[in-house]
Amino acid sequence: MTKILEFIDSIFVAAKAWILCLLGHFLPAWIVVLVSITISGVVILCLGPVIMMYLTLLERKLIGRIQNRYGPNRVGIWGLLQPIADGIKMFTKEDIVPANADKVIHLLAPIAIVVPALMIFLVVPFGKGMTTVNLNIGLLYFIAVSSITILPIFMGSWASRNKYSLLGGMRTAAQMISYEIPMTLAVVPAIMMSQSLATNAIVLAQAGGHGLNWFIFTPWGIVGFIIFFLCATAECNRPPFDLPEAESELVAGFHTEYSGMKFALFYMAEYMNAFTLCGIAATLFLGGWQGPFLPSWLWFFGKTFILICVMIWFRGTFPRFRVDHLMAFAWKFLLPLTLINILLTALWQFTSNLAAWCGSILVLGISLWTLVKLNRTFVPEKRHYPLES
Amino acid sequence: METTEVLKNTDATQILEINFGPQHPSTHGVFRMTVQLDGEKICGLKPVFGYLHRNHEQIAENLPYAAIMPYTDRLDYVNALANNFGYALTIEKLAGFEVPERAEYIRVIMAELARIVNHITVIGFMLNDLGAFFTPLLYAFRERERILDLFEEITGSRLMNNYFRFGGVKRDLTNENLAAIQKIVSKFPAFLKEFEALLTKNEILCMRCQNIGILSGETATNAGITGPVLRASGVNYDIRKVDGYSIYNRFDFKIPLGEKGDVYDRFYVRVLEIRESLKILEQALTKIPQGEIINKKSLPLLKMPRNFKPPVGEAYGRVESPKGELGFYVVSDGTPQPWRYHVRAPSLINLTVLEEMCLGQKIADAIIILGSIDIVLGETDR
Amino acid sequence: MNIFGSGVFQGMMVTLKNFLTSYFRKPDEGGIFTVQYPEEREKAIENFRNFPFLVYDGSPEQIRCVACGICERECPPKCIHIEMALDVVGKPARKPTVFDIDYGLCMNCGICEEVCPFDSIFMDHAFEVTAPERQISLVRPKKALLKSNEYFQKIRPTLAAVIDQKRKTAEEKKKAAIQPPATSESK
Repeated sequence: MTKILEFIDSIFVAAKAWILCLLGHFLPAWIVVLVSITISGVVILCLGPVIMMYLTLLERKLIGRIQNRYGPNRVGIWGLLQPIADGIKMFTKEDIVPANADKVIHLLAPIAIVVPALMIFLVVPFGKGMTTVNLNIGLLYFIAVSSITILPIFMGSWASRNKYSLLGGMRTAAQMISYEIPMTLAVVPAIMMSQSLATNAIVLAQAGGHGLNWFIFTPWGIVGFIIFFLCATAECNRPPFDLPEAESELVAGFHTEYSGMKFALFYMAEYMNAFTLCGIAATLFLGGWQGPFLPSWLWFFGKTFILICVMIWFRGTFPRFRVDHLMAFAWKFLLPLTLINILLTALWQFTSNLAAWCGSILVLGISLWTLVKLNRTFVPEKRHYPLES
Repeated sequence: METTEVLKNTDATQILEINFGPQHPSTHGVFRMTVQLDGEKICGLKPVFGYLHRNHEQIAENLPYAAIMPYTDRLDYVNALANNFGYALTIEKLAGFEVPERAEYIRVIMAELARIVNHITVIGFMLNDLGAFFTPLLYAFRERERILDLFEEITGSRLMNNYFRFGGVKRDLTNENLAAIQKIVSKFPAFLKEFEALLTKNEILCMRCQNIGILSGETATNAGITGPVLRASGVNYDIRKVDGYSIYNRFDFKIPLGEKGDVYDRFYVRVLEIRESLKILEQALTKIPQGEIINKKSLPLLKMPRNFKPPVGEAYGRVESPKGELGFYVVSDGTPQPWRYHVRAPSLINLTVLEEMCLGQKIADAIIILGSIDIVLGETDR
Repeated sequence: MNIFGSGVFQGMMVTLKNFLTSYFRKPDEGGIFTVQYPEEREKAIENFRNFPFLVYDGSPEQIRCVACGICERECPPKCIHIEMALDVVGKPARKPTVFDIDYGLCMNCGICEEVCPFDSIFMDHAFEVTAPERQISLVRPKKALLKSNEYFQKIRPTLAAVIDQKRKTAEEKKKAAIQPPATSESK
């Protein structure tokens, strides 16, 4: 029984090893290495777009259900072919470039935005031994690469020569740079506890204890997770932090002037970012691919998709932030909280008993309360409405 | 000296001028505003309208009186019944028609249902302007659909009702219709509760709406603002109470007033007004008498609209439309067509304070301030 | 005092509830209220009015319309065009040869139905009207507008019953009015 489970668990790793062994019999070593890289690359290049396509479907379905309607259900059974139909539509659409646009940069931006989105896939541990490149600075790499996303967005917005695009691009730059900081600091506790920057090592640090060793089951872990998740939502411009594209204000923000496949590439990057960020969040705080019974990659995808569903749930529920509130939220609220969280994690290294639990909850509660008091703009006013005859 | 000049030069940012609309997702139609932006801050705003000008008044001046009724539907197409009400009231004043008791009750019931439809639609669209991805709007539309189905059953059309006639209404309410209205009225509070749970305490919404676009009561009265926008600024002025037109003075209902006159107050005053409308409906449904639905004197008029020639004179009839004071001014010269026909559209007049509310706010606020005024371009441009 | 963030949480619970109820509740009680249009249709509402049509009794030659032109005159957007038929002598035949309604102009107000003294024009239920372009093909000629009384009885039973009754009594009265002179002549 356990053998079957183990086999299913390592089925992808085994398949790749088998192919490489087969080739190793009659090919030189350097070609085998090349083939190994190619296989991983092709898998990622296929996985990214497919995930993106079906995320759009999932999002439309879930939001439909939230709004008491069916989502797309006409193309194929349950609308399963809808993403393909969308893809065909996108391919056949006319590519419109504004007359005054900076044509080269306008063309480059959508291409450039997909690259970092795909690059992040390299360090995501999809399962046991299924990290494409097990970098020892995996997290640092992730943070560095994910922040490149700002640049193509700004390129696109600037090159479009559109005022809405420009405003959207400005907002993106401000927002993404600001949210990078609390996101990075929210990751620090996980690094401190696992004492490694490699994503695989972080997953392994959460092993054992029947899943109770996941970082989310500690006071600093849950705070770190929530902050990381909020920042991740802001990083991939998802509601309620979707200011760069702010449909009701800026038409479509930075991709106002994009159509057809270029537009689809922006979308693709957004959804792939959402996937990888949720994957990293699951890795850092939810034990990554660890879990009983089911194969490890299924655990990973399950956790990631639950997080994505929460993101979609956010989209179905919340109105958008305003730009100054958004910045204030990052700098005045999340940033101090992450710093306190790092302090708590440092103390947690020494004691992790019940007293430490109570203590950290107390500290977090007090700091939360203080921050709310200091950020009065966030607190709703109580209003009184007289009814007069 | 030099340093100050340098400072001045670096400090001098360029003003960005943006045309919002006429093609923009959240200008509620083809409204356009020229916005001058300093960063994200608004330092100038000019509303431009007229893109949906359909010559309503001129068309009406070339039509017999009764044939104008379907055109009034197209003014404020979200609540056509209030427009019907206003126009019918004006002509009744002009020609001196009495309205039978039952018809008055039917009118009030329909007008209040239209008010509910309008308010939930506005709140839904305002939330859309705020960036909520259609959820509140679709919840509102779900309820609106029930009322619109009822309208279809009673008036024959969902939006373009053309239901009121001079001296009465077109079709009687059956007992089934009354039962259906009763069902809607009794089910509505549960929906409102859910709607409020979704919205009113939401911190993001409060952050976005509170203390944004403040309109003082004084400015509002000076600018001639009416309707929920005025009442949100704390001025107690409701034509249903002031004029007591139709039979509104027989009902027991209250006027909710806002505290600060910001977007949040405008939003919440509307929610409270729905509650008051439900109260009116509740009372009207229990009190509605049997009887005629149209004045005998105006019955032949239905068959031969062109023969209707009101006496020479003028009349101004006004109703509390969900958007404010909707007035119709008609001058008759004794011919079948009105000599002058003018609409005092609340949407248009409420728009005049837009710039004042928006100055100094962020660009995202301008959108929700516009949304909170509740304009319908069909009425603004006519 | 409310805990900060509780409002957001409350809103999320509302959407979650709606998400879950959409799977197992009826449309009236918070379930999905979409009507899957081409396959499913909403229950036809009798009073619903759309574009007008002309009623005939029996065969299309027995058209009720007498080309009096009242609807043409009273139509607010002037979308009706009628020409009266002439008989062999050149006298008006009290029947339309041309009866066009421009569906592109018609605004479904129902005034023609109200003013018609011969109960011949009524508002239809058919709303699936399409055309390749918006000028010529939306002008419906008499042939396209004619529909039988049975069809009218089917779509609007209550109104049709009233009108049939009215016509029947009118006809009987007419007969009764014609008969006395006939009997007096025989005397």
